[in-house]
Amino acid sequence: MTNEELKNLKSNLVVDARGTACPGPLLAAKKAIGDIESGEIMEILSADEGTKNDIPRWCDKVGHEYLGFVDEDSFSRLFLIKE
Amino acid sequence: MENSNEVTIEQLKKQLDVLQKKVGKLEKNRKDQLSMAVVSGDFDKILATMIISLAAAAMDTQVKLFFSFWSLSALRDPKKSPKGKDFISKMFGMMLPKGKDKLSLSNMNMVGMGPMMIKMLMKKKNVLSLEEMFKQAGELGIEITVCEMSMDLMGFKKEEFIDYPHLRFAGAATFVADAGESAIQLFV
Repeated sequence: MTNEELKNLKSNLVVDARGTACPGPLLAAKKAIGDIESGEIMEILSADEGTKNDIPRWCDKVGHEYLGFVDEDSFSRLFLIKE
Repeated sequence: MENSNEVTIEQLKKQLDVLQKKVGKLEKNRKDQLSMAVVSGDFDKILATMIISLAAAAMDTQVKLFFSFWSLSALRDPKKSPKGKDFISKMFGMMLPKGKDKLSLSNMNMVGMGPMMIKMLMKKKNVLSLEEMFKQAGELGIEITVCEMSMDLMGFKKEEFIDYPHLRFAGAATFVADAGESAIQLFV
């Protein structure tokens, strides 16, 4: 997905994990994933740089489809589709 | 011709059966599981243990921690003081850190200044505290096994450990069995 496409994406759930460092955002994502249905889009807000590598690895392992990330001023928005 | 062909399929089926059994056994032997033998009682090493465990649990990997020797200090509850200890056990109890908040750093401890600074930085950088990590570990079903032998050796009692939902007491064979079926094994 291109940056433009990601920016215009409508998420079903936004998880704000900007207040925690590694592995906080991953834990927040794992907890929140149960709140959406299969095929829905989850967006994770993270200020932790490592999360950009960790979330795709998590998706790979668990089976969610990682879409990519968009950088904002002091954080990133990461997108995925639930398996 | 046809006849010989059938025999080959029969043989293939047999081989497939054998293979399937072997694969099944391998899969059973190596579960998506992380086993850690935690021997160190340093703040930094317990921290690393918890971060790796939490990440693994978040990735749906079963986590089993085996706490032995110095690491037992991290599991002590500072609010609990068990009765009926002999002199040496009492001495050990006094000399060893009482709980995860009292652990030293393996490096740059500087008579307690180091841990204080690290905890300050962790707060500033939004890293979960050890207390919070143990809480999350409990929620994610991370299992902690206390080594009975080290517990006896150091004179600790079951009553002085933290109230952790998945705490059990066992021996080295339990770790070996857990580690044997784990895809990931680590020693800290």
